[in-house]
Amino acid sequence: MTKQQKKWFKFASPQAFYPLAGKLIPIFWVLTAMFGAVGLWLSFFVAPTDATQGEGYRIIFVHVPTSWMSMFIYLVMAGWAAVGLSFNARLSSMMAQSLAPTGALMAFLSLWTGAFWGKPMWGTWWVWDARLTSELILFFLYLGFMSLQASIDDPRRADKAGAILALVGVVNVPIIYFSVTWWNTLHQGASVSLTKSPSMAMTMLWGMLLMAMCLWMYSIAVGLTRVRAIILEREAHTEWVKQLQEVKA
Amino acid sequence: MNWHSASEFFAMGGYALYVWGSFGACALAFLAEPLLIRQRHKQIVRTLRRQTAAEKLEMEHP
Repeated sequence: MTKQQKKWFKFASPQAFYPLAGKLIPIFWVLTAMFGAVGLWLSFFVAPTDATQGEGYRIIFVHVPTSWMSMFIYLVMAGWAAVGLSFNARLSSMMAQSLAPTGALMAFLSLWTGAFWGKPMWGTWWVWDARLTSELILFFLYLGFMSLQASIDDPRRADKAGAILALVGVVNVPIIYFSVTWWNTLHQGASVSLTKSPSMAMTMLWGMLLMAMCLWMYSIAVGLTRVRAIILEREAHTEWVKQLQEVKA
Repeated sequence: MNWHSASEFFAMGGYALYVWGSFGACALAFLAEPLLIRQRHKQIVRTLRRQTAAEKLEMEHP
């Protein structure tokens, strides 16, 4: 292993990561505020009124970012869980555990804002359509992961059981993503495509992307904050935790 | 600029309930989550402090 690699692997230990995370958190809060301010300004004051949906379409600026994050966080969570499972790295499992509540929150908000968008545009809060149903399953997968981990007393065994659940659940993410093309859904097709040129106004697209960046930075900030609490809870018996400034004082 | 007055902005072209219901729920969630985590962190630090204090006491008066 080179010196550079060793430097990075050092941060796989909770003891080294705890202070590093503490230093990184403020940076991600500043980024969250910056992207959020510009994103909200574009969402409300620059993006034009929609021709068919009037001002009601502005829900897109929270609905699409929360939906993207709910899927993306799941993939990252499952990734950390897999690393924790295969390398027996406890910090990775803690990262997975830390991301689950935020992912669940994003899935919930995606469903909530979707309902508030569906009611005026489709005339209903909810339909059992492929996109909506698979997103609901994602929400339940997060809840299942969290309750499974909480129900097993030994944290390392809880990590393993949770990781298997998370990995099996990964199959749901492409189902959500492609549900609008695979099935005939009430839900509209993808808002943003990598293969086609954007069909919406550039300011709308930028508003959406910046709001997504805001939530991305938020998720990192919150994930790091929560993992610090988890580290202390799970490493409570260790000498380094007892020697921490905030514990000794 | 899309709006001519503040009341027009808050009315959201008749979609006020839906737009503010969505943005409001998100704002609430993104304010509450960090506060809850901070609470959790404080809680564990408090427990750890009590533990170390108890251990110290035990060392001094065995």
